[in-house]
Amino acid sequence: MAKKKKKVPGLNGSSMADISFTLLIFFLITTSMDTDKGLVRRLPPPPENQEKNMVQINERNIFTVSIAASGKFVVCGDYAHPVENTPAELQRLREQAKDFIKGMPRPNSSEPPERSMVNVPGLGPTLCSDKHVISLQTDRGTPYSTYFAVQNELVAAYNELRDKESKERFGRPYASLNEDNQAAIREIYPQKISEAEPIDYSQKFAQ
Amino acid sequence: MPELNTSSLPDLIFSILFFFMMVTTMREVTLKVKFTIPQGTELEKLEHKSDVSFIYVGPPTDALRGQFGTGTRIQLNDRYADTREVMDFIAQERQGMTDQTKQVVSIKADVNTQMGVITDIKEVLRKSYALKLNYSASQRN
Repeated sequence: MAKKKKKVPGLNGSSMADISFTLLIFFLITTSMDTDKGLVRRLPPPPENQEKNMVQINERNIFTVSIAASGKFVVCGDYAHPVENTPAELQRLREQAKDFIKGMPRPNSSEPPERSMVNVPGLGPTLCSDKHVISLQTDRGTPYSTYFAVQNELVAAYNELRDKESKERFGRPYASLNEDNQAAIREIYPQKISEAEPIDYSQKFAQ
Repeated sequence: MPELNTSSLPDLIFSILFFFMMVTTMREVTLKVKFTIPQGTELEKLEHKSDVSFIYVGPPTDALRGQFGTGTRIQLNDRYADTREVMDFIAQERQGMTDQTKQVVSIKADVNTQMGVITDIKEVLRKSYALKLNYSASQRN
């Protein structure tokens, strides 16, 4: 009807920058850029499913680390010499664990853990440390810091061995291998850290 | 002197805004426990934050100490909880997840916690088939 077309006024966008600034500042404040890190462990499934595959493990294949409520720990039942949670002792534990996983006897024994020839995909028949078990025992009063430090050393022992093996076989660190090769290396050094139910060790340590 | 052309400023700010919106993870809980996480060397990054459930363990914060004492507490979501409640918490967390097999539980525990508490939590986690565990820690050089 009206001949002259009414021009729609343009939206005033000058406050857009202010609005987006406000939002930006809000997100800047609420954001937490810190990446969460942690030691990854896998729990065994609940006991009722596990009972049928409970097998007696040969004594020579078990490497025990018992941590007492005092924060001291004992390697392979050597209760006469409990060890403090210090960097030097943790380093020693790492070396002992590495030697054991590699197939050398435990500190106070002459029998080495059993190993067997396994046909590893991609590598052929290889001697694998598939029979060993590292048993970690804690007391209800064990401080979390010691438990964590020991776990960290045990995982480090596996990681160092895998890295060494990977460098020998593929000339590259374990982390840079592809999935298949990583799986092959994992088969040579499978991570076997078993955690027993907490036991009261106070009597053993009392003497 | 010609005026600076600011017409692209909103676009610019919007791009920064979107970047922060993407990387942001809102802290959903207010911490009611105080903890110092241990330090380690063999740590792995926690990926896919949406699949992670956090369990906080430690003594009550300074403000709440008068009311709740100094004993070790477990915090799930926004409140103190009992070990038995962990099972319900895990089930509840699972509901919002796309792939429930990827569920990871991250335990943020104070270094002075006694293992009894942690072991109890672990037992409950086993029973609820939340088997992927992450002991939260900071990198030591």
